[in-house]
Amino acid sequence: MGPYVLRRVLMAIPVLLGTTFVIYLAVYALPGDPIQALAGPNQVISPSVAQALRERFHLDQPLVVQYGLYLRGLLGGDLGTSFTGRPVTEIIAASWPVTAQLGGTAWIIMAVAGVALGVVAAVRRGAADAAVLFGTTLALGVPFFVVAYVTQIVFGVQLGWLPVSGVEAGWPLAYILPGLVLALSGLPQVARLTRTSVLDGLAADHVETAVAKGLTGTAVLFRHVVRNSLIPVVSLLGVSLGYLLGGTVLVEGIFNLPGLGYQIYTAIPQHDGPVVVGIGTMLVLVFLSVNLLVDLLYGVLDPRIRLG
Amino acid sequence: MASSTLVSASAEIPPTPLPGGGAWSRLRRRPGFLIAAFVAALMSAMAAVPQAFAGWFGAGDPRACDLVRSAQPPTAGHPFGFDVQGCDLYSTVVYGTRSSVVVAVLATAGMLVIAVVLGSLAGYHRGWADAVIGRVMDVFFGFPALVGMIVILQTLSVRNEVTVAAVLVLFGWPPLARVMRGSVLAVAGSEYVAAARGVGARTGRVLLRHVLPNSFGPVAVLTGLNIGLVISSESALTFLGVGLRTPAISWGVQLNTAQQYFTTAPHLLIFPSLFLSVTVLGFVLLGDALRDAFDPRTR
Repeated sequence: MGPYVLRRVLMAIPVLLGTTFVIYLAVYALPGDPIQALAGPNQVISPSVAQALRERFHLDQPLVVQYGLYLRGLLGGDLGTSFTGRPVTEIIAASWPVTAQLGGTAWIIMAVAGVALGVVAAVRRGAADAAVLFGTTLALGVPFFVVAYVTQIVFGVQLGWLPVSGVEAGWPLAYILPGLVLALSGLPQVARLTRTSVLDGLAADHVETAVAKGLTGTAVLFRHVVRNSLIPVVSLLGVSLGYLLGGTVLVEGIFNLPGLGYQIYTAIPQHDGPVVVGIGTMLVLVFLSVNLLVDLLYGVLDPRIRLG
Repeated sequence: MASSTLVSASAEIPPTPLPGGGAWSRLRRRPGFLIAAFVAALMSAMAAVPQAFAGWFGAGDPRACDLVRSAQPPTAGHPFGFDVQGCDLYSTVVYGTRSSVVVAVLATAGMLVIAVVLGSLAGYHRGWADAVIGRVMDVFFGFPALVGMIVILQTLSVRNEVTVAAVLVLFGWPPLARVMRGSVLAVAGSEYVAAARGVGARTGRVLLRHVLPNSFGPVAVLTGLNIGLVISSESALTFLGVGLRTPAISWGVQLNTAQQYFTTAPHLLIFPSLFLSVTVLGFVLLGDALRDAFDPRTR
């Protein structure tokens, strides 16, 4: 286990360097002058002030030097300072809870509803199966910003049950609609994988034995079928957590939730490089750690898998 | 020559690449397949010749607009109503098919080219090529793709079908390349490839004549699914304001405009989303059916 974890961490380093450099390159290749964007369009800034700001943010240095300075800061836990003067770590600290709650809510909805739908479809077959297949296909096909608007109009505006934007209502009220919409992006895959996996499980020899020795239906289902069938689903659920975090950019934009995705989205047009790079690095880090955790968990759940 | 026909006739081909009788009859039995194929064909036709569809209800020109009728609801002769500029919404939605399908076809073609080239390099040569390509793919897999696409699209001064497709290709090729690598790896280990090498065929010939034709199947089957996903991504990017821009007629642009008016003029939102959803659904279902019919693992 130990050497495996070490090797995985070492393998993650070039990935992290590559991704941050790609983000860095993209952000700092942005046309337009961040200092001018900071002052606002059509504002005159004195050359000496502009020069001082450029030096402060190392904008006068070549790109590679800037990236090196950034990495040095990163090692010490310093993600730099936004062009507005606020430290990036402070921005992340302030907006992280929103994204975590949104991602968490969506993930729980996805896991619970996905597994439940998959199990029902596999066990009941017939009409239930067809309904789940149809529903998941629909969820797969309809672009999720369309779903977001439909749910906003129906549940928010017409029925007035839930808030359509902002986080003033707090958890869970403010997060139900956006969480649901975000969950829909991964729910079909979870439900389908669970269904296939439970169907395979139902056909296994040990299940036949369990039925033959007289166990009740539910005991067989939960102890012998579902538990074994969930192994691949857990892996998918883990990987989806990373993708959910990426999807928050879109959902936070539509529902006006001041989380990480929203910060990144508003920082891009303002050419606020440190914020985009900092939050991007954060997201990549979380994504990589989640994937590592899932692989480790996989070995615990399924003793047949030896990590090495 | 005799040896090459002999080896390619070998029965060792792992995944069925060509529609044999079995796959086709499995496809036809699926009720979803015919509907999906019809939708995909209809949307492709609409993209190729929008003028043939736009005039069905009388007003065929999406650029002939009358500001007096701005955002009016559906009436006789204008079944979808009018958009904010007072243009007939039905014909603008029909013309919008084109940019979505063009981006999807361009992007999917680009992803296929990259996937085939890098996938066969990694799968056939192994070694350092495999290691480098594998790490590059890891970078893209470890990347919040949407964030990356938004950042890069913001930096582009020209945003049209070609550049948007290029950005989608940049972030979309790794899954296809991984599938291609896997199937090249399987084919490269088979006996007829060893035989071809044994009779002295050069690497290029072995790859082009023996490996590629037999390993392209699994990737080709993903095309339908991929087109659906690309259409969905393109509309999302355009909707966010970083994709295609206003002189272009596109569903994403229409939906972007519609969001400001969704309480007063819901038809602006409903019809483009309906077309978008049906198109994406059509291609995704088609892709699903194809994958089920050709993928030996799901049989």
